[in-house]
Amino acid sequence: MTESRHIPVKVPVLARVEGEGTLELRVHDGTIEDLRLRIFEPPRMFEKLLEGRDYTEVPDMVARICGICPVAYQMSAVHAIENLFGVEPGPWVRDMRRVFYCGEWIQSHSLHIHMLAAPDFLGYSSVVEMAGKYAPEVRRGLKLQALGNDIIRLLGARSVHPVGARVGGFHHAPKPEEVSALLEKLHAALPEAEALVRWTAAFDLPLQEQDFTCVALRHPREYPMNAGRLVSDHGLDIPADRFEAHFTEQQLSHSTALHCRLDGKPYLVGPLARLNLNLDRLPDPVRTLVDGLDIRFPSRNMHHSIVARAIEIVVAIRVAINLLESYQEPQRPYVEIRPRAGSGVGCTEAPRGLLWHRYELDAHGKLVSARIVPPTSQNQARIEDDLRQSLQSFGLNQREEALRHFGERVIRNYDPCISCATHFLELRIT
Amino acid sequence: MNPVPGTLNSKPRIAVHKFASCDGCQLAFLNLGEDLLTLARMVDIVHFAEAGPVNPEAAVDIAFIEGSISTPEDLERIRRIRANSRQLVTIGACATAGGVQALRNFADAGEWIASIYAKPEYIESLATSTPIAQHVKVDLEIWGCPVSGRQVLAAVRALLSGVPPWLEKDKVCLECKRQQTVCVMVTRGLPCMGPVTRTGCGAICPAFGRDCYACYGPAENPNTESLARRLEGLGLVPEAVARRFHFINAQAPAFAEAGARRGKVSRD
Repeated sequence: MTESRHIPVKVPVLARVEGEGTLELRVHDGTIEDLRLRIFEPPRMFEKLLEGRDYTEVPDMVARICGICPVAYQMSAVHAIENLFGVEPGPWVRDMRRVFYCGEWIQSHSLHIHMLAAPDFLGYSSVVEMAGKYAPEVRRGLKLQALGNDIIRLLGARSVHPVGARVGGFHHAPKPEEVSALLEKLHAALPEAEALVRWTAAFDLPLQEQDFTCVALRHPREYPMNAGRLVSDHGLDIPADRFEAHFTEQQLSHSTALHCRLDGKPYLVGPLARLNLNLDRLPDPVRTLVDGLDIRFPSRNMHHSIVARAIEIVVAIRVAINLLESYQEPQRPYVEIRPRAGSGVGCTEAPRGLLWHRYELDAHGKLVSARIVPPTSQNQARIEDDLRQSLQSFGLNQREEALRHFGERVIRNYDPCISCATHFLELRIT
Repeated sequence: MNPVPGTLNSKPRIAVHKFASCDGCQLAFLNLGEDLLTLARMVDIVHFAEAGPVNPEAAVDIAFIEGSISTPEDLERIRRIRANSRQLVTIGACATAGGVQALRNFADAGEWIASIYAKPEYIESLATSTPIAQHVKVDLEIWGCPVSGRQVLAAVRALLSGVPPWLEKDKVCLECKRQQTVCVMVTRGLPCMGPVTRTGCGAICPAFGRDCYACYGPAENPNTESLARRLEGLGLVPEAVARRFHFINAQAPAFAEAGARRGKVSRD
């Protein structure tokens, strides 16, 4: 005899994610009848706000899309506009942009691991609660987060909405003594970050393999941040300006973030996808560290995302050390720009995954149109897919509280940053 | 400060609420490092969704508000929060002045809809993005995009001690003088907004050799007209002058007005 069990599981406010969203689940007779990750972050319509602005204003404006990953927005934007102008800012700028990005990865990943995700795996509701029993680990996390912020400050003066980036390079070059002071901190943090990797790998992570497509940038030599081709583990290999030929966004009634699909299917972006696709681009010592773990990459277990994040912190520290060891103050930290009309594309790896921008400018350098595809809209379809599969195998006959908690955990693996619902959607103006 | 009635002998209770924003001002708390743990010992953080605790309807001593009012639901929510909070503090440009998203307030709503909406409408949104103080009483406004942890901690300390919080109202120019930063407007002719902008940021833009873009909002008694004329003298056309005022704090009255005098920012 089947008992009809109709439980609406409603998580009215998702905790420990950036931005606001809800999960709605309807279970009937042991199957999921309806599942929606609702993102109701009020759309701020950045693509529209950008129209009519001068290209020089773009880095400061797009930073405001996300307070947690402003560097990513600034980087995709300056690359897109330089691509449009046909400008190549040279090796110093390229290296410093990579350092800048390392800072954001370290800051954002540390924040996510310690404040948003680890409490799940250790059975606490917040980092403050967790700090009682795990004081040294929490302190280590806060220190790493602060280190990431220090790197961003070196080049951007402040860590949230930094002011150093411009089209063509940076407004300001750090003094060699500031760089040396930071290098000391980076060297000191390296063993701590490696310990963090081992700590997360030892968590009691659920064993749940799923089938999904990973998408990330891939660079001929480096672990990808600012440059590379768009690749997947299902044969995709295209330059960034071919994005729109393969990726389409769909609007769904229940979310202000668009769902992006690759050839019609959900896919994953972010640390786990990046790591899975770029294991052979890890610096040698990091590869050795990863090979020594009990977890094997590439991994099909989304719960391994937290380990991938910790590994990327080590990557970022090493890359920053490497680039700053040979630091020299440049004559000028930027190249001159002469605007011209056209359209340009920029794609970089934000902490949460691919961040794709396209801008069209007029001959005076004013913005005609913008299109911004943030990582969370790309992961959204994958998150819903994951929830359907993993809640089913978790057991839908569980208590409502348990289902809710489990659903939240699954969502947090993706570190969704909901504030970045940049898109201009259908709106009802009242 | 005395605790909320009915919670005698307990620690002061605080909440952090989010409206339309980038989450960057909440980082003023989350980037505090060790101080965050100290703060958590001094007060009960009863609602702060991004950090974990979810209890949006709780009565609190201080509610911190990030973000602007931009949906009908926001309007209801901010009124409930006000009713539940002894002190209400806005943090950042969105909550205090409507934020960068308030640039949409300049758009003609009718034109806006006609130009974009072909398909059914799924999302409720107000035509404007407005500051919190336009809807409920605000006890303290902290300006900045983003606010700094130093400002927010100082405000918490002051409010908990029952003294009026001290807020910076000086112009960025004064901060540059204190730091002996060379004036980027005088020496390089950059269209710096420092003469009308509130300090608190540390005058980081001029220190980095670039012009201030007014992310901390208007200073006390800003002479916007005089600056606008100076910017024109530097070669900016009126429309470009308007854009200088109509940016991160476009709806702050002094900036809204100054920009409007040079013609609104066109967006078509």
